Amino acid sequence: MKLEFAVYRYNPDVDTKPYMKDYTLEVEEGSDMMVLDALMLLKIQDPTLAFRRSCREGVCGSDGLNMCGKNGLACITPVSTFAGKKIEIRPLPGMPVVRDLIVDLTQFYQQYEKIKPYLINESNTPARENLQSPEERAHLDGLYECIMCACCSTACPSFWWNPDKFVGPSGLLHAYRFLIDSRDTATEERLSELDDAYSVFRCHGIMNCVDVCPKGLNPTKAIGHIKSMLLTRAV
Amino acid sequence: MVTSASSLGRNGVHDFILLRTSAVILACYTIFLVVYMAFGDPLNYHNWHGLFSNLSMKVFTLLALIALLVHAWIGIWQVLTDYIKCSKLRGVLQFIFVIAAFSYLSVGVLTVWGV
Repeated sequence: MKLEFAVYRYNPDVDTKPYMKDYTLEVEEGSDMMVLDALMLLKIQDPTLAFRRSCREGVCGSDGLNMCGKNGLACITPVSTFAGKKIEIRPLPGMPVVRDLIVDLTQFYQQYEKIKPYLINESNTPARENLQSPEERAHLDGLYECIMCACCSTACPSFWWNPDKFVGPSGLLHAYRFLIDSRDTATEERLSELDDAYSVFRCHGIMNCVDVCPKGLNPTKAIGHIKSMLLTRAV
Repeated sequence: MVTSASSLGRNGVHDFILLRTSAVILACYTIFLVVYMAFGDPLNYHNWHGLFSNLSMKVFTLLALIALLVHAWIGIWQVLTDYIKCSKLRGVLQFIFVIAAFSYLSVGVLTVWGV
């Protein structure tokens, strides 16, 4: 069985502009593999092909790619998903390309940094663990699982147009994770930082983030909760 | 926090509230007109004139026109800040759109209050 690929190639040291390069993989009839496995086989064919990968099991978030027009993790996306089609692999959209499938995620991380992704607790340090009730802990479900693969933010048109001002779905999911944490005491400070026309309110509920999240999370819902908190605080 | 001076609201929440409330007013006005046209008196000059002579209809129309101005101002600002990255060009376009929106409001007020 032959698998057809078209892979985005761009080496700024050599190429004047990006181009799509066709590859073919000969695999056993009826077999399946993940897109990342296919990319590694393609790299044997063509060692100049560059892409990121690490854990190869959907935990590290290194290999976020755009496959046939949809963002996802190459290591947990079977090639059979695209059965019968030529598999087009491109870098995550909207970010500057460093080389081939590797993008520069500086702006993505700057937005993450902006939301202060750590617990702030100004109260006296307890002598033992800062305990939460099971109900308080349950609020963090669906938030803490984000692996920051950037699939959501790079699928979001609002983030494409304003990556310097709009925090993006991933950053806002993390922001809500700390806003709702019963141990965090900086809620007011965090909300003040988000209370402008761009940081949160550039989300128009397009929901591409929900559609592409490889961990099945719902950043739009978290953003809705942040908007409600800002609204409650202002009214 | 990202500052912005050219939008109508003071901040994101203010814009959000203005957008939603103006949308509700516009939706109510549209539904009312559609229902009136579908199930109300036959559409002729006399009935139409009668409808808009009513003070509550004048106030409702004025509210809808103001809601349109507010909604268009914030909406256009959001679209322009997404797509037009040159701030001078964006400023000029924003000015043109806001002037146009005010013109619609003025003409609308004069027309409705002229009935």
